[in-house]
Amino acid sequence: MNNVGDMMNDATDIQAEPRADTPAPTTDTLKMTARNVDVFYGAKQAIDNVSIDIGMENVTAFIGPSGCGKSTFLRCLNRMNDTIPIARVTGQIELDEHDIYDPSMDVVQLRARVGMVFQKPNPFPKSIFENVAYGPRIHGLATSKAELDEIVEKSLIRAGLFEEVKDRLNDSGTALSGGQQQRLCIARAIAVDPEVILMDEPCSALDPIATAKIEELINDLRGKYAIVIVTHNMQQAARVSQRTAFFHLGTLVEYGETSDLFTNPSQDRTKDYITGRYG
Amino acid sequence: MNTAIASSPPRQPTDWSADAMQRRIRARYRAEKRFRFYGLFAVLLSAGFLAFLLVTMISSGARGFTQTQIALPVNFAASDIFLEPGQLEGDGRDQLLAQADFQGLARQSAITTYGEEGPGLLSNGAWVLLRDAVSADPSLLTRNETLWVPASTEVDFAARGDSGSRQSEARDVMILRYAELEASEQVRRTLSWNFLTLADSSDPTLVGIWGALKGSLLTMTITLLLAFPIGVLTAVYLEEYAPENRWTDIIEVSINNLAAVPSIIFGLLGLAVFINVFHLPRSAAIVGGLTLALMTMPVIVIAGRNAIKSVPPSIRDAALGIGASPVQVLTHHVLPLSLPGILTGTIIGMSRALGETAPLLLIGMRAFVATPPGGFTDPATVLPVQIFLWSDELDPGFVEKTSAAIIVLLLFLLAMNGIAIWLRNKYEQRW
Repeated sequence: MNNVGDMMNDATDIQAEPRADTPAPTTDTLKMTARNVDVFYGAKQAIDNVSIDIGMENVTAFIGPSGCGKSTFLRCLNRMNDTIPIARVTGQIELDEHDIYDPSMDVVQLRARVGMVFQKPNPFPKSIFENVAYGPRIHGLATSKAELDEIVEKSLIRAGLFEEVKDRLNDSGTALSGGQQQRLCIARAIAVDPEVILMDEPCSALDPIATAKIEELINDLRGKYAIVIVTHNMQQAARVSQRTAFFHLGTLVEYGETSDLFTNPSQDRTKDYITGRYG
Repeated sequence: MNTAIASSPPRQPTDWSADAMQRRIRARYRAEKRFRFYGLFAVLLSAGFLAFLLVTMISSGARGFTQTQIALPVNFAASDIFLEPGQLEGDGRDQLLAQADFQGLARQSAITTYGEEGPGLLSNGAWVLLRDAVSADPSLLTRNETLWVPASTEVDFAARGDSGSRQSEARDVMILRYAELEASEQVRRTLSWNFLTLADSSDPTLVGIWGALKGSLLTMTITLLLAFPIGVLTAVYLEEYAPENRWTDIIEVSINNLAAVPSIIFGLLGLAVFINVFHLPRSAAIVGGLTLALMTMPVIVIAGRNAIKSVPPSIRDAALGIGASPVQVLTHHVLPLSLPGILTGTIIGMSRALGETAPLLLIGMRAFVATPPGGFTDPATVLPVQIFLWSDELDPGFVEKTSAAIIVLLLFLLAMNGIAIWLRNKYEQRW
C-alpha cells in the first residue's frame, strides 16, 4: 500500500515540489525528431505543425485534453497510422536521422525498433510464453530454443512479471489480471529489443495498484529505451517523465522539462490545463 | 412553466398496496408465466416433430439393412457350366466366369430343391452370388454346396406377413409357403452388408447405397476443395485488401445475392458452362462438385467475412506493433481466431450442398448407375438423388430401401458436422 500512499502525496504536492531525482534533460542524446508534422484524417486536420525532439535517456510524456491529438501523434512515430486508410501524414519524422516515412524505410523493421504498448492490455490469446516469444520468433532473433527461452525470461524479468508467472508460462496470457496483462504486453514489446517504446495511455484501464507498478517499471526502463508515454493523468506525467509536451487542439502548445512545465508554465493554456481550468 | 409546477398540489405518495397495483402485479406474473410457456411449447413441438421423423425413418428404414435369404443347394460338380478349378488360375478367369451360365445353374438348382416355382423364390440377381462364390473359391466347382442367396421380393414381403400390392390369394399362398420354408430352416432373415456395399439396381433385393454414398463423397470432396479455399481467400481479400470503391461494392452485393439464388439455377449454370462449354463428362462427380462449390462458396465468403471482422482490432494492433507484417498478422492471428466462424459457415454450406438434389438432376446425376464410381469423372449419383429415384420406383421393395438410404444420408451429415464441430471447438479461443 506504500505505493498508493506515495501517489496520493505526489498528487497533492506535485506543483509545489517536483521530484528531486529528475535528471536534467539537457544531457540527453537525440533519438527521434519530428519537424512540421501535419496529420489529416480525410479533410480534417488532427495534428497541426508539430515539431518535437525525443531524447534517449528520458521519459517523454504527452499530455493534453481528450481529442487533442497526442495519441495520433504518438502513432505517427511508428507509422501505426498507416493502417488507417484515410490518414495522411506530412512533414518529417526521423529515427537516428533516417526519415521513417522515406520509401526505403521498412515499416516492419521500424515497428520492431519502435515498440508500442496500447491503452487496453491486448495479449494474444496464446500462452504467456508464446506472447513474449512471438516477436523474437518472427524477427528471427533467436537461433535455438534455449536462446528463445532466455529472451523470454529476460523480457519477463525486465517487465517485472517473471516472479509472478514463472510457474505458469504455458497458461493463457488472457487469464492474467489487467495489470499483469499490461506488463506482459510491455515484456512482449521489450522482447524484440526495441530502441524506443511508445506507450499510449498504458494505465488508463488499470487500478491504482497496477498503475503504480507500471509506473515503477517505466522508471526502471528509463535509460535502456527511449520512452514516450501518452497520458491524460497529469500526476502520472509528473511522476514518470522528465520531459513533458502539452498538446491542445492538434498543436504542440509547450514542451519542456517536466518540473518547469508543471511549476512554471510559459503559456496561459498550459497553466489553465494543469490547474484544472479545463480538460 | 415553473410557476405551474410550483402551484400544483403536492403529489400523493404512491399506494403500492392498492387493489389496482396488486392486479397489475398479478397480471405481470401471469404474462411472465405465459411467455415462458409459449417458449417451452415451441421447443416441445419441434422436438416432437424431430422425434416423429427419426422414429418413422428408423422403424421403416431398419429393415432396409437386412435381407431375407434362402438356402440354395448347388451341385457345382454335376452342373453344365463346364469349368475346372484349374482354369480359373490364369489370366482369362474373368472372361471364363462371364461366359459360364450361372443364371441357368441357379435356376436349375432352385427347381431341383423347391420345385417348379423355385426360381420365383430367388432374387433375380441371385446367380451373381454363385459366380462371386466360385470366383472367391474355385474349389467349389468340384463340390456340392449349400449357399445362402437373397430371396425374391415376394418372399421378403411374406417374411413380414405382407405381400405389398399383390392380390390376397397369392399373398396367403406365399405366406404359407414361407412358414413351411421357415420351419425347415431354408429361409432366414439376417443383417446384410449388401446394402452398404452394392450400388443401384432395378431389383430392390439387390440394391445398395455404396454407389450413391461414394458419389456423394467424391462430389463433396470436390466441393470442399474448391469452395473452402476460394471462399476463405475471397473473404480475406474483401476484408483486408480490397479498396473501398464501387467495384468492391458490386462484388459484395453480387456475393450476397449469390447466396440467395435458388439452387436449380446453379444446376442450369453447371449444365451450360461445365458440360456445354468445357465438355466435362455428364453425370460425373467432378461436375456435381463444381456446381455445388459455386453454390457453397458465397455462404463461406459471408461467414468468413463476418468471422474476420469480429477479430478484435486490438489483436491486429498488438501484432503490427511488434513488427509483424500484414501477412503474418493474417496467418498468425486473424485467420486462427476467425477459423471457428469460418468453419461454422462451411458446415452450413456443406450440409446444404450434401442435401442438394435439384442442381444435380440438371447435370445428369440422376442416371441409373449400377456400379460405384471409380473416380471423379465416372458416372455417379449422390445420396439425395438416389433417395429421390428410389422413392419414384413402383416396386414396393424400394420403400424400406428409401428409408434406409435416408438414414445413411442423415448419418453422413451427422459425421460431417461432427468433424467440423470438433475442429471448431479445437480451434476456438477466447480473448
